[in-house]
Amino acid sequence: MVAAVGSVRRSFAPWNDPASKPFIEFRGVTKRFADFVAVDDLSLVIYEREFFALLGPSGCGKTTLMRMVAGFEEPTEGAVLLDGQDLAGVPPYRRPTNMMFQSYALFPHMSVEQNIAFGLRQDRTPKGEIAERVEEMLNLVKLKPFARRKPHQLSGGQRQRVALARSLAKKPKVLLLDEPLGALDKKLREETQFELIDLQQKLGLTFLIVTHDQEEAMTVADRIAVMNHGKVIQVATPAEIYEQPNSRYVADFIGNVNLIQGRVSASATGATRIEAPGTGAVIELDQAIDAKVGDQVWFAIRPEKVRISLDAPLPGSPNALSGEVWDIGYLGDVSIYHVRLASGATVTATVTNQSRVVERPITWEDKVWLTWSRNGGVVLAK
Amino acid sequence: MERRASWFNVTSVTLGLAFLYLPIVLVVIFSFNASRLVTVWGGFSTKWYASLLENDALLDAAWVTLRVALISATVATVLGTLAAIALVRYGSFRGRTLFSGMIYAPLVMPDVITGLSLLLLFVAVGIDRGFWTIVLAHVTLAMCYVTVVVQSRLITFDRSVEEAALDLGCPPFKTFFVVTLPLIAPAVVAGWMLAFTLSLDDLVIASFTTGPGATTLPMKIYSQVRLGVTPEINAICTILIGLVTVGVIGASIFTKRREVERQRAERLAAANP
Ligand SMILES: Nc1ncnc2c1ncn2[C@@H]1O[C@H](COP(=O)(O)OP(=O)(O)OP(=O)(O)O)[C@@H](O)[C@H]1O
Ligand SMILES: [Mg+2]
Repeated sequence: MVAAVGSVRRSFAPWNDPASKPFIEFRGVTKRFADFVAVDDLSLVIYEREFFALLGPSGCGKTTLMRMVAGFEEPTEGAVLLDGQDLAGVPPYRRPTNMMFQSYALFPHMSVEQNIAFGLRQDRTPKGEIAERVEEMLNLVKLKPFARRKPHQLSGGQRQRVALARSLAKKPKVLLLDEPLGALDKKLREETQFELIDLQQKLGLTFLIVTHDQEEAMTVADRIAVMNHGKVIQVATPAEIYEQPNSRYVADFIGNVNLIQGRVSASATGATRIEAPGTGAVIELDQAIDAKVGDQVWFAIRPEKVRISLDAPLPGSPNALSGEVWDIGYLGDVSIYHVRLASGATVTATVTNQSRVVERPITWEDKVWLTWSRNGGVVLAK
Repeated sequence: MERRASWFNVTSVTLGLAFLYLPIVLVVIFSFNASRLVTVWGGFSTKWYASLLENDALLDAAWVTLRVALISATVATVLGTLAAIALVRYGSFRGRTLFSGMIYAPLVMPDVITGLSLLLLFVAVGIDRGFWTIVLAHVTLAMCYVTVVVQSRLITFDRSVEEAALDLGCPPFKTFFVVTLPLIAPAVVAGWMLAFTLSLDDLVIASFTTGPGATTLPMKIYSQVRLGVTPEINAICTILIGLVTVGVIGASIFTKRREVERQRAERLAAANP
């Protein structure tokens, strides 16, 4: 099962195919509340059967974007299209979308069962089928024994699962999930993530998910949009977002990163040299960049791509920095070394703990060398 | 640790209850007085209840009062709830301040003025005064109370619940009846009961707006008391007290039973997780 899902997902990339039609499309959408701009001239395309994640800091407009798809807010400017149709003026109860609310919004006067059946009843689905679907949903979210309880008799995590089941029950063309798994414990959350992926694959639905948890976004999503202040900063697959962020903001927002400021000193096709006088480093990489010679840029490298060693590299070789171990964080699987450079800046390197280290070869206040390969990092102009 | 009731607590509870209920107890006791004199005990008797059954005027008045209260409370509840929804939901429409101000006016307006102005209106318009003018007057009076009660509930209402219903394909009108109304029902019922009791014991406004043939119980009692309290009045008061008591006890048993059922459901669910 899992393997099948994996192979389907590997070949799924409609965004690379110029012939594929957008399913949900934001065209220059702006949403203002009085004079506050919550969504700012945003354009975004989501394809059918895609699992799309919105990631961004609190208040950046994620929920607002979803509410415009669901029909609770109308764009101030621009248009939201679903399957080629402008959604302007279509009320929420006529849209083929279902939403899982950040606040759950369960019906307090109805039991778990009735909550889940509510949407199906609006469609006049036959009784037997409703019962079947409710049963299926209850099993999915593992709430069978709680079917007859009211929402106020459930824990936070259980309520969240009811909300999830309720929004899934109608198998909508587009499912909008606003922080769907925030209240679940780690184990249940991971299980549910995989069930969501499985379900989305099996039913062929389009999921739009909002999450604060980058790991979650990386796990479930085909593509991720990183947002800030009502704008999309980058849209790409999880791997691209992580390995090729397009800006310091994205690099910093997703995972940990070392940012080194410098100037382009040489640029040729397929190779670039950057000098960072602040740290004394000369950075060379096999990558052509947009910036011209003399431009200010940032070199971004992830801590796990930095090698740490007691031995000095050959004199004059690029991609090396020297410093002193300032702090070591032991996380079990990895150790994080914070290395203080002569300039005062700190660079972090993570090292996988491959043996049960009791005595570390590298320890506090050691003079160390940090090195990385020519394709270890990226150059960011923004 | 169980705390023994101190003499101070016992005394204050006794005094408080006596203060509240002594007058009522007196009415009940004297309704079984065999003597015609209200303040002299002449032995136990139920004859006043028997004679009450023959006192058509008093029974008529009671019946009128009940009908006025039922109709006006219901109409006031519908109108008051709608007004509350308009005030809470449609944020700032034109004339909102004026509307909300006018809704609250009858709350602070002395009954005499409300009664007088309604009387002037009815005369000016040329409506025959009687049963329906009292109903109208009571709707006017009670509606604002209902609005206040329902409004306070609506302000704390989580609108995303309604949005969830819409999102699941339920049109707005139906959403109101299957989601909003059940959730604000306690406030609506409280508003109705408030309106009902307001109407039941109103003397001033009813006196102003009534016409020939429509006498409410408070009006009747008031006019008879001026000629002297008869034990029959005590009897009908006792019956009213009895009705209200049964209503209150019934309502509390009903809520208690639902609470017990809820707890049982919780225990059952906890037993087989
Ligand atoms: N109805 C509204 N009136 C005024 N401002 C609003 C309204 N709804 C949202 N906003 C503002 O728009 C901005 C974006 O809100 P939104 O709910 O989309 O944020 P979010 O990205 O979902 O944040 P979070 O991660 O905290 O849920 C916020 O600054 C918020 O204060
Ligand atoms: Mg949000």
